[in-house]
Amino acid sequence: MEKTLDLKFNYTEKKDTRSGFGDGLLEAGRNNPNVVGLCADLIGSLKMGAFQKEFPERFFQVGIAEANMMGIAAGMTINGKIPFTGTFANFSTGRVYDQIRQSIAYSGKNVKICASHAGLTLGEDGATHQILEDLGMMKMLPHMTVINPCDYNQTKAATIAIAEYEGPVYLRFGRPSWPIFTDPAQKFEIGKAWKMIEGTDVTIFATGHLVWEAVVAEAILRSEGISAEVINIHTIKPLDEEAILDSVAKTGCAVAAEEHQYNGGLADSVAQTLARNNPAPMEYVGVNDSFGESGTPTQLLEKYGLNAANIVAAAKKVLARK
Amino acid sequence: MEKKSIEQLESVASQVRRDILRMVHAVQSGHPGASLGCTEFFVALYFDQLNHDSNFKMEGKGEDLFFLSNGHISPVWYSVLARSGYFSPEEMTTFRKLNSRLQGHPATEEGLPGIRIASGSLGQGMSVAIGAAQAKKIDGDDSTVYVLMGDGEQEEGQVWEAAMYAAHWKVDNLIATIDLNRQQIDGPTEKIMNLIDLRAKYESFGWEVIDTLKGNDMKSVVEGLEKAKSLSGKGKPVMNLLHTEMGFGVDFMVGTHKWHGIAPSDEQLADALGQLPETIGDY
Repeated sequence: MEKTLDLKFNYTEKKDTRSGFGDGLLEAGRNNPNVVGLCADLIGSLKMGAFQKEFPERFFQVGIAEANMMGIAAGMTINGKIPFTGTFANFSTGRVYDQIRQSIAYSGKNVKICASHAGLTLGEDGATHQILEDLGMMKMLPHMTVINPCDYNQTKAATIAIAEYEGPVYLRFGRPSWPIFTDPAQKFEIGKAWKMIEGTDVTIFATGHLVWEAVVAEAILRSEGISAEVINIHTIKPLDEEAILDSVAKTGCAVAAEEHQYNGGLADSVAQTLARNNPAPMEYVGVNDSFGESGTPTQLLEKYGLNAANIVAAAKKVLARK
Repeated sequence: MEKKSIEQLESVASQVRRDILRMVHAVQSGHPGASLGCTEFFVALYFDQLNHDSNFKMEGKGEDLFFLSNGHISPVWYSVLARSGYFSPEEMTTFRKLNSRLQGHPATEEGLPGIRIASGSLGQGMSVAIGAAQAKKIDGDDSTVYVLMGDGEQEEGQVWEAAMYAAHWKVDNLIATIDLNRQQIDGPTEKIMNLIDLRAKYESFGWEVIDTLKGNDMKSVVEGLEKAKSLSGKGKPVMNLLHTEMGFGVDFMVGTHKWHGIAPSDEQLADALGQLPETIGDY
């Protein structure tokens, strides 16, 4: 489908966003000697090996003990270290929510919680590992910044940027090989939404892997005479409310697309912004109150209604409600 | 700070116990039992053992650091911090009240000097202390990091994750203490969840373990902390099992879990204060 479309963004290579994290961490480590890495027995999966090799004195294998890892990271910030914790998104959030809440968020500690294998695109491991609630949990915590970049380049840029930001951050990325379609030289600005494609009929707010699906959906809609604006919301919190309101003031309706539950995700944040400022019709593309299952990423996005075709359908539905 | 005699430390302890009781009484809430039981430990630490600066800096470079994991005994910590100059003793009047820096459980949110992390949800403090200790090692700072936990708190799984880690990584600039008062909210630990042999547990995890058998005797507590210090820096984390009596210093509060989280009445306060000389001056 993608080959025959006139896409506004193209790619020549696919790569996993977790590799963007690993490469970004190495660069952050070179930029700042206070950057330290911690990992709970997933160095290979998180792509933290290059950092460990170059900075062995600043890397800590914690073993399969995520709660302890969060506490240690919080303690390390006290004399100025910038700890990056690495494990799967499920074990970075739900398993250690209270540790993050008390020792990191409430205590205002400069910990970077780096979470791989988020969402359905984890694939064959199934629902035990496919967390779809993490954005909600993390955005509810006061002081927490929540970031969900869309491809390898943006994940790398975000990793470098959060090392320079003072405060707790949740950085979410994933496992599958995914199109690289953003600029390798981009400067990542926390909290600043990126209007990728201008449009007038409907705004598609997308985050993470689904930004690519939104790019594809825009081309499909355009081929059918519908002008969609695509906005990349890489920072779920703090939310760029101005960008959301400006766009919807123009288009009059919105679709939010994310690899997350309806409850608590990007869509809820956008809906809250609209409801409080400028109510407008809106549709959700996400998982509607269910767990995932084993399968390939492509199969899962299709079965759970998270691919470009679903974004197109949601856009048409919301247009009809204007 | 000028080195204090055991008698001088005991004198401070009497005032700290008065502070604890008066704070808890004033708001009719808080945890007096284990605060009283740990008074000798806190006084020995802050007035004798710690190399610390009451002109508080979060990063504490070149200073020994203390973390309280069982945050509910905040009254004893607040008193000792105030009495050693971190903030005015007058501020103890705000304990647990609206707009106070002296939260029910210790917190950094309001910026109270002396507090480096929030605690209260149990089991987290030792992990934090380990992180602080390892950060000191990275920086070549040879100061010591202390942490206090409750004995009931040993039921939390994270404590054992931390115990395993500290030995594996040879975090030997860490001195942990367990307030071994054998009580928890619902009753004696032996009945609620038997701790059996904490010495054997920690030794098998690779720690150096000492017992301070008389945890409410100032001389013993100071000697225990000195012994713990002498064992640090030798490749193993150090555990100080501090045998205390909950409610120590007040005859009707001692040795029971009943005063874990109960405040004294007006009459009980008067009775208790009658047993504890005012040595430095009430706030």
